[in-house]
Amino acid sequence: MKKFFSRFYIAIIFVFLYAPIATLIVLSFNKSKTRAKWGGFTTKWYVELFENEIIMEALSNTLWLALLSALIATVIGTAACIAINQMNKAWRTFFMGVTNIPMLNADIVTGISLMLLYLSFGMSFGFSTILLAHITFNIPYVILSVMPKMKQISKHTYEAALDLGAGPVYAFFKVVFPDLLPGIFTGFLMAFTMSLDDFIITHFTKGPGVDTLSTKIYTEVKKGIKPEMYALSTIIFVVVLVLLLIINKSPAKKDKGQKRI
Amino acid sequence: MKSKRSLLAGPYLFWSVAFIIIPLVMVFYYGFIDENGAFTLENIAAIASPEHSKALWVSIRLSFVSTIICFVLAYPLAMILANMSVNQNQFIVLVFILPMWMNFLLRTLAWQTLLEKNGVINMILNFFSLPSLNIINTEAAIILGMVYNFLPFMVLPIYNSLARMDRDVINAAHDLGANWIQTFCRIIFPLSIPGVVSGVTMVFVPALTTFVISAILGGSKILLIGNVIEQEFTQASNWNLGSGLSIVLMIFIILSMIISAILDKDGEGALL
Repeated sequence: MKKFFSRFYIAIIFVFLYAPIATLIVLSFNKSKTRAKWGGFTTKWYVELFENEIIMEALSNTLWLALLSALIATVIGTAACIAINQMNKAWRTFFMGVTNIPMLNADIVTGISLMLLYLSFGMSFGFSTILLAHITFNIPYVILSVMPKMKQISKHTYEAALDLGAGPVYAFFKVVFPDLLPGIFTGFLMAFTMSLDDFIITHFTKGPGVDTLSTKIYTEVKKGIKPEMYALSTIIFVVVLVLLLIINKSPAKKDKGQKRI
Repeated sequence: MKSKRSLLAGPYLFWSVAFIIIPLVMVFYYGFIDENGAFTLENIAAIASPEHSKALWVSIRLSFVSTIICFVLAYPLAMILANMSVNQNQFIVLVFILPMWMNFLLRTLAWQTLLEKNGVINMILNFFSLPSLNIINTEAAIILGMVYNFLPFMVLPIYNSLARMDRDVINAAHDLGANWIQTFCRIIFPLSIPGVVSGVTMVFVPALTTFVISAILGGSKILLIGNVIEQEFTQASNWNLGSGLSIVLMIFIILSMIISAILDKDGEGALL
């Protein structure tokens, strides 16, 4: 009986979470251009999607931003973790406090604060200003994923490597780095996802003419969304779903820290 | 050797000063000056004007209600998930995170389609000859959008704190004669408070400051404080007023952070 209620409750929440997604998938096959009417089944939006240069450009901007910002944030964040780990308490508190600011602050405040910075320094708004903003809010995700791993690692293996004649850099990459790798990977993945899904901060730091998928959708909200957008988001959703299923099915040993998002 | 390693934090130190600290200082700078650059408190005091204080009040009310609804929905869900066998729950946790990969603007927009007068939900309700639901462009629709978007942020921290809990403590309570309700009230819930606290902040802060959900589901009639600030920056180009109102907003964020720091001393309830 208890089990039945549990299942029933999960099913209700599941419907609540997936009803809009199902709606979007259905709309991507809708022949009529408006959301209000069902005009029959079609796959033409999937074809037109790839011919729509504006959407394709927004997609490529979004993916490049996510990739570059996640990569740069991973490098800066991981390097910082290595250094912070052996600092004294005062510096550690300072760094962890700073790291928490973008995590806990409202996106709108982070967005406008960066906008004011760019304006004051006369920077021209465009791809690079968005990239700088994305790196800024991505670094904390990397640090918060790598730091716990860093703390688990025993200092002795590294020292043993040094005693056995390895140079500091060689010892690091041979001994410490492999243990950090799961944390680094999680951090990169989270940073990538956050960058991909961000709208608010991009909205304040983008320039005219440069659009990500999110900002493109926001400007289309009032005029009416192009059905190609539904087709694109359906494709993205299915790709992520398949990837997750593959990762979940693979017998590879799961790291405990990895599933905690 | 040690000082050499500290250099690795150099890029991050530079980055956080240049892109986190200085920008925040700038918000404060702009918030306390007028267009001519003279010191003023007017931008802060502007929150007291009827339209701004109304927007702030509506934001606080709606985010408060959504946080409570999220908590009520999320806690049983997190308990169910935490009690499942490992294999199953990994899959289910992924299922609850998966929606976050579909653009959140589109997901919120889809609720418009579902809630509309002739939308899907009303079609289903009419089919069973039930009274139709007219909540689109009302506060109820905004609350629904907030709960929908931020529910995972409440579920995951609570789930983490429940899953990490030592089973022996619960079994010990049972062995010592506590019934299910006593065990929950005196063992399980107190131990999960760090998760609850971080869940509450993770939902309350974005709900308080959103301008997107209200723009999509609230029509253009209901203005939240986030909408007011966004308009000052993108349409009115009054950065001073926008910064002043942001400072007021930050005071509320800091307040909620202080409360959570007091309730969660070890900081173990963090989302990560």
